[in-house]
Amino acid sequence: MSTTLLAKLEHIGLSFGQRVILHDVSLEVYPESVVTLIGPNGAGKSTLLKVLLGLQKPAQGKVWQMPGLRVGYVPQRFQIDPLLPLTVERFIGLTPVRSSVAVVQQCAEDVGVQHLLAQPVQSLSGGEWQRVLLARALLNKPQLLVLDEPGQGVDVSGLSELYQLINRLKQSHGYGVLMVSHDLHLVMASTDQVLCLNRHICCSGQPEAVSRHPEYLRLFGDSRTAGLAVYTHHHDHQHDMHGCVVPLPASGGHKHG
Amino acid sequence: MDDFVWRALLAGLAVVLMSGVLGVFLLWRRMAYFGDTLSHSALLGVALGLMTGMNTNLWVMLVCALVALLMLYVQHNPALGSDTLLGIIGHSALALGTVALTFLPNVRVDLMVYLFGDILAVTPLDIGLTWALAVVVVAVMVWLWRPLLALTVHAELAKVEGVRVWWVSAAYMLLIALMVTVAMKVVGVLLLTALLIIPAATARRFARTPEQMALLAVVVGALALLGGMGMSLQLDTPTGPSIVVMASTLFIVTHLIPRSVS
Repeated sequence: MSTTLLAKLEHIGLSFGQRVILHDVSLEVYPESVVTLIGPNGAGKSTLLKVLLGLQKPAQGKVWQMPGLRVGYVPQRFQIDPLLPLTVERFIGLTPVRSSVAVVQQCAEDVGVQHLLAQPVQSLSGGEWQRVLLARALLNKPQLLVLDEPGQGVDVSGLSELYQLINRLKQSHGYGVLMVSHDLHLVMASTDQVLCLNRHICCSGQPEAVSRHPEYLRLFGDSRTAGLAVYTHHHDHQHDMHGCVVPLPASGGHKHG
Repeated sequence: MDDFVWRALLAGLAVVLMSGVLGVFLLWRRMAYFGDTLSHSALLGVALGLMTGMNTNLWVMLVCALVALLMLYVQHNPALGSDTLLGIIGHSALALGTVALTFLPNVRVDLMVYLFGDILAVTPLDIGLTWALAVVVVAVMVWLWRPLLALTVHAELAKVEGVRVWWVSAAYMLLIALMVTVAMKVVGVLLLTALLIIPAATARRFARTPEQMALLAVVVGALALLGGMGMSLQLDTPTGPSIVVMASTLFIVTHLIPRSVS
């Protein structure tokens, strides 16, 4: 892992009216490393991404980005109005800086959607659309990739392929990744740090360390050999309405802050 | 043909040029209500112009620009409950304008002219102003096309990529305010949105790119203008509503044609 910091959040706090959305959240993203945010609906995961991207001003705390940082963003799944005639090729190339046809085609090829370039964007399946969004994010050669639930609307067989693709491209492009994901079992194997967010950071840790933990191995066996890893942990506190989406093992685990 | 017909055609063509290029974005951004609120507010501008004895065009432009900026503010603060508030602004301005006009004893005001337009009465000065604005609108739209398209697809994605979303949105809304000022004379404040929406919606079926759709919207608008004026001259119907009837007819007819398998 490189020591160059790409972006950093320090003690971020945010409320909408009476409702606390984020409380004292800090995180750091480094090149070629993956930070994954997990947590229940309404935990402030997307909002935290927006704070980092400068789309949402925090009430407290500091947002820092490396000067001149190139960011690729894959927002949550969205619909394009059917009245807008737009091909995949036009969509991928719709960044402020004009890219040549060759560059757009290369990006499409990288994510495996080159055969869809002439299609209208509205005709794509969930899995195809997420790949097209990824191609758009890759167009500016990002140093930081921010992904908001990249697996949304992708079928089970496409899901692990998509995460493998993100991981494979990470090695060739060298970007750092900050993503929100519900597909824990699929992303954990390639994640460097997991943050469990429920308005504040419930716990954080390295899945590698967790998966080598004797208690973990006793409970789940060595699933790393299958290319999968499950992040399992205890909370040292509870929430009245929601817990984290991670299942709690019967015993063992480690201490969190 | 009489001179007034040529004058009407000239002014009308400039208006459909603007409405075609602006209207497609109104459709894509689902902002039809925005056109209504703005054009309804124009009547308040007319009333203020007549009351102060100053240039009506100037007042309409001013009121529409203010309302456009107000709407932009509302749009960026969703907590205000935008749809309701916009409905209140537009209709209040329309009602207030109408009431104010009846209080002007020295001015003979034909309300129908403002509500439904009177393209056959345009002056050479109107034509000059309309074409000048059309040139400005088209030039700015060509300049803003790419960022506007990007923010139409996804505003936050565009912002992250470096599009100055607020400024581009504001510029687009002010262009519509400019267009309302002159288009009012063609179809009136009540039917103005129809001129923005219907030709664009008709063009969708035949367009494969955003640019094609805008150009086709201009063509459809021009056809509706010609047809509407023809109808008005033949049957002695009001011109503005006739143009809109023609636009609607084109929309329906083109949707009856079965789509060719592509």
